[in-house]
Amino acid sequence: MAEFVVGEDGIKRYLVSITVNGIKYTKVVKANSLLVNFLREDLNLTGTKRACEQGDCGACTVLLDGKPVNSCMVLTVSVDGREVTTVEGLASNDKLDILQEKFIEHSAPQCGFCAPGILMSAKALLMKNPNPTEYEVREAIAGNLCRCTGYVHYVEAILDAAAASQERKDGKNG
Amino acid sequence: MYLPDFEYFTPDSVEEACQLLSKYGPKAMAIAGGTDIVVKMKKEVLAPEILVSIGHLPELKKIEYVPGKGVVIGAGVTHNEVQNSKILQEKYLSVCEAAHQMANNQVRNLGTIGGNISNAVPSADMPPILIALDTTVKIVGSKKERTLPLEDVFKGPNQTVLEHDELITEFVIPDGSFTGSTYLKFGLRASGALAVVGVAASVQMDGGVIKDARIVLGAVSPVPLRAKEAENLLKGKQASEELFEEAGVIASGECRPISDIRASAEYRRDMVRVFTRRALLKAVNEGHV
Repeated sequence: MAEFVVGEDGIKRYLVSITVNGIKYTKVVKANSLLVNFLREDLNLTGTKRACEQGDCGACTVLLDGKPVNSCMVLTVSVDGREVTTVEGLASNDKLDILQEKFIEHSAPQCGFCAPGILMSAKALLMKNPNPTEYEVREAIAGNLCRCTGYVHYVEAILDAAAASQERKDGKNG
Repeated sequence: MYLPDFEYFTPDSVEEACQLLSKYGPKAMAIAGGTDIVVKMKKEVLAPEILVSIGHLPELKKIEYVPGKGVVIGAGVTHNEVQNSKILQEKYLSVCEAAHQMANNQVRNLGTIGGNISNAVPSADMPPILIALDTTVKIVGSKKERTLPLEDVFKGPNQTVLEHDELITEFVIPDGSFTGSTYLKFGLRASGALAVVGVAASVQMDGGVIKDARIVLGAVSPVPLRAKEAENLLKGKQASEELFEEAGVIASGECRPISDIRASAEYRRDMVRVFTRRALLKAVNEGHV
C-alpha cells in the first residue's frame, strides 16, 4: 500500500517518488492528481500540453518507462517508482535532440501545439526502431492529432532524423 | 481538467483487491490502465469514491503457454503487450492483429485486455476474436472463483455478469483445432476510431471442406454476437466465395445494429455482409490462427 497522510481537510495525500527526465522527485499528491497536471503545475514542466483530455489527441504524450502514453489519463499515484520523460528531457546539455533539430530544419510544426506530443511519439519509435519506414512513422504518430500541417513535414522530419542518427552512428563506428 | 477527490488503494494481490471491493461496495471500483474509467470520471459518468488499483499486479501480467490448457493471458496485460508477445504472434497472430487495431499507440500502452472486456463496450475490438477462438475467462471474487466462456460474460452495453467484488484475472485461449482465424475492423479512420462493424472468423478446414467455423460480430448488437445460423451454413461445405457471400447475407440478418453518429443500422447490416465474407476468405486463405 502506498504511504499516505490525511490532511486537515480529511483528504488522503500519497507519497510518490517519480523520476522525471532523470531527476527523482518525492512529492505528496492527492489521488485525483493527473500526471499531466502534476508535470505542468507541480513540476512546472509546461511543454506537455493539455487538449482533448480524453486520449484522442496525443498533445499530452510523455514516455512512461520508455513507452508513449497519454498523461491526461494517468493518475500520478500510479506512476510511483516509475520513470517519465517529457519533451523537456529530450535536449541534453543545451544540445537539441536530432528530432528537434530536424523539426526545425523541415519547419515541421506550424502552430506547434501538437509538436511536443509528436516529438515524444517519434522518440519512442526511434528508440525501438531506428530505421522506420514511412508507414511505420505515420502509424507511430497516428495517436497525435495535428490540425495545421497535414503531417507531411512531420513525417519527412522524422524520417530525416532517423537517417541522420544512423549516419552519425555509422560515422562513429567507422 | 481535474477529477473530484477519491481514495486510492494499491493492493498487493488480486485477493486483497477483491476484499477491498467487497468491503467498500459500489462506491469502490477497480482501475487498471485507466483509459476508460478516468475519462468517464472526467465526464462525470462515473464518480467512484474509492479506486482500487490492479494494473500493477504482477499476477495479472503474464502471457504463457500451458501445454494441454492453452495460451493464458493475464487480464492486466496491455494491448501493446499482446501485440508484441512472441507466444501470441506464433500461436494466435490474429489476436495480436486485433489488439493492434484498438485506439492508438498511447492508449494501447495503457489499456488492458481485462479492461477492454470488463467495460463491455459493444464496439470493443478484443471480444470478437477471443470469442471466435473459444476463449474462457477466469473470474475471481472475494468469496469464490469461476470460469466462464467469454461469450457468456456480456449482458448488454457496459454490462457484464461480473459481481461487484469480482475481477477478470485471466483469459485462456484453449488449444483448438482451428486452422485459420482473423478479425477485420471497419472504422471510419485507420487509427483511433471505434469499429462501425467488427467481424471475427475462425475456421477448421479439412482440405477444402469447412469442418467447423465461428463468426463473431462486434458493434452491431448490444453484446458481441455469434452469427450461429451463418456458422451452421458453413459446416461440412466446400469453401468458396459464393458460400462466404451467402454466409454474409445470413449474418447480416442475424445482427441487431443501431443507427448512431458513425453509421446507420442499414449500412452496418450491409457491412456485416461484406466483412463476414472477407473475414472468412482471409481466415481460410491465410491459414494462420
